[in-house]
Amino acid sequence: MTAVAEPGIRLRRLDVPAVLKEAGLTALVIFALTFGLVGFETLDVPGGIDINTRFGDVAAAVAFGFVGRIALILLREHRPLPVLALAPLAAAIMLMLLLSETLFGPETGAVLKAFIPFHDPIVLWSLAIVAVFFSIRAALAVRDMSSGLSLEEREERVDRLGARVQRGARLLGPVLLACALVFPFTPFADRQMLDIAISVLTYVMLGWGLNIVVGLAGLLDLGYVAFYAVGAYSFALLATNLDVSFWVALPFAGAMAATAGVLLGFPVLRLRGDYLAIVTLGFGEMIRIILLNWYTFTGGPDGISGIPRPSFFGLADFARNANHGLTFHEMFGIDYASSQRIIFMFYVILAMAMVVNLFTMRIRRLPIGRAWEALREDEIACRSLGINPRNTKLTAFGIGAMFAGFAGSFFASRLGFISPESFTFIESAVILAIVVLGGFGSQIGVVVAAILLIGLPEIFRELQQYRMLAFGMAMVLIMLWRPRGLLAYREPTIRLGGDRKAGS
Amino acid sequence: MSAVDVLPVDFADEIPGGGTELLTVEHLTMRFGGLVAIDDVSFRAANERITAIIGPNGAGKTTVFNCLTGFYKPTVGRLSLHHPKGDVLLERLEGFRTSQSAGVARTFQNIRLFPRMTVLENLIVAQHNKLMRASGYTVFGLFGMKRYRDAEAAAIELARYWLDRTGLVEKADWDAGNLPYGDQRRLEIARAMCTEPVLLCLDEPAAGLNPRESHELNRLLIYVRDEHRIGVLLIEHDMSVVMEISDHIVVLDYGRKISDGTPEQVREDPAVIRAYLGEPEEIEEHVREALKQDDQGGDTTGEGG
Repeated sequence: MTAVAEPGIRLRRLDVPAVLKEAGLTALVIFALTFGLVGFETLDVPGGIDINTRFGDVAAAVAFGFVGRIALILLREHRPLPVLALAPLAAAIMLMLLLSETLFGPETGAVLKAFIPFHDPIVLWSLAIVAVFFSIRAALAVRDMSSGLSLEEREERVDRLGARVQRGARLLGPVLLACALVFPFTPFADRQMLDIAISVLTYVMLGWGLNIVVGLAGLLDLGYVAFYAVGAYSFALLATNLDVSFWVALPFAGAMAATAGVLLGFPVLRLRGDYLAIVTLGFGEMIRIILLNWYTFTGGPDGISGIPRPSFFGLADFARNANHGLTFHEMFGIDYASSQRIIFMFYVILAMAMVVNLFTMRIRRLPIGRAWEALREDEIACRSLGINPRNTKLTAFGIGAMFAGFAGSFFASRLGFISPESFTFIESAVILAIVVLGGFGSQIGVVVAAILLIGLPEIFRELQQYRMLAFGMAMVLIMLWRPRGLLAYREPTIRLGGDRKAGS
Repeated sequence: MSAVDVLPVDFADEIPGGGTELLTVEHLTMRFGGLVAIDDVSFRAANERITAIIGPNGAGKTTVFNCLTGFYKPTVGRLSLHHPKGDVLLERLEGFRTSQSAGVARTFQNIRLFPRMTVLENLIVAQHNKLMRASGYTVFGLFGMKRYRDAEAAAIELARYWLDRTGLVEKADWDAGNLPYGDQRRLEIARAMCTEPVLLCLDEPAAGLNPRESHELNRLLIYVRDEHRIGVLLIEHDMSVVMEISDHIVVLDYGRKISDGTPEQVREDPAVIRAYLGEPEEIEEHVREALKQDDQGGDTTGEGG
């Protein structure tokens, strides 16, 4: 790495051959990567396969790599001015080309389109984003050079910002809740948006549940989806075999999941960190494979279908014509609409998620919650203070699993069909990503992360194939910039002399 | 585990430094595989007295602590605590119970706070068991019952008292990890005291403190002894602390007890001086003897096993 240049220290002379060599090396790597992968494309043509060459794209990628690397070097060497001059220009040109048809009409647009270096608009968009990013970096660098802040001071400032956002979260929380409450009656809330909102809320609930285990108790659980599955299957089996309604089965599904959580907890009591993660991952897979192979009980890969939807608290059904008893629209004397059930489902998951949230906020201020956090910080110290680590860990596992069980029964009842397909490892990974991204232990962070990770990909479904790429990139960036999560500020559970503001 | 019957030790009537018996350690032995960390150590510690355990590095002092506080199960030995509510055999207790039910609190050689919790939270966590009972094992607490709120207020009062004693009131809402080193040491003692122990075990509390802080520490420990009337067991290298505040000193060397008495007695004890400084002639003699045995192919050095 280069020497850390404090602001105010004289700049090193730029070693032009070295810069060119480094940029050339980057270009070479890009060439090696893209020549085979981008340069040749196989096409399905009648009667066989044809090869289409795209050497223009390769050349463009190499050129962009070369220029981009030089920009990075300039930033690194504290010479942001040329970057600041050129990057916005590049970004502007790129955006102009992309939007040429809407900006200048179809004719000029078509002419301008010819200058576009790549076929795929996604590549262009990402280049434009990178250029914008460079401009911001350069602008920040210029500002920091004049303000003379060190890296640590800047870090601290971001932390303070996080703290302010967190304190703002006291307001943000109710505002978000109010938005959620009126959301179904706003004009955006069509069927698709409501479905997305329900998905997001399910993940928010799962994130809050996992937050107890990972964020508070510090037990890295990679098999959380197993408890989600246990809850879903408990409810589905009860409902289809014994004709138990959603509201009656819900506590039972939660209890089953909690039992599974405690059962997992016992063998892993002595494990920590990576080892715990591996065992929980194995446990998650075990549950899925049992569900897949116990054909007579769980239906194996066929799954369970015909799971009843939740009724209006057992009072009325959401149907046009009642099979037995009342229907919802008759009960309230309104016209039947298929959206009524979806809106009801939305409120059910919202209420369930809020219960988890209130529970977590409350329990953090209780001895058991403080013991979880203490256990995360130092288990040996906990033992020396007479805290029973076994019981404390098991309650964390059990309560976290119980909430996953509730979410699981909701999931089963919402879709009406479940199969082991829905409970793969990737689900656990997504839930964990929500918790990590949001900031361990931060409630509002989980909401933000769930919207980012679940809501946005659902809305941008057309870009399906790039979702995982963006997902991975987001994780890497978060780990680089905010290794403790987006909103990692921890609000103390108690303050001396009441709830006064933190001393500034 | 240590079901071996332990023969009672015949102690002299009077504990050096006086006081009533609080802790009796009989034939304590701890082996790790072939290594004997503590070899048949017996001593007593008195209530309302400060008992120091000293010895060169590797003498087994911290191992004694780990046996007392349930982190190790001793290979042989009886550790009885004469608790006001009745005698407790410490070696039979599961780790966390030595604090929970026997009232033995400890601090650590390398400080073990909860760094990302505030100073006050550290002290509240120490009162976990009391608060757990008051919160009806979480159930009452969840609904914000008065009984729990009162218990929490009382816990804060106790915490505030110890913050006052250790001079940390101003920093009560700091993250414990951000405190300066000396404050962290004092906070760890305050945290141990918040468990309301009958025996406080301190593992090198003066390590890394400057003379002024070390003097404050002395005053704090004397205060704990005289005002809270509990026994203090102290491992310390800093002789200015040990000689000034201890009522009774036990000296260990290579896992054996080599001296036991008041500070004056221990200071004059030739065995202690030898352990700390060594005796040139004696060392030479040892070397000569070992060489002689080597020449004869003797097996008395017996290190190869």
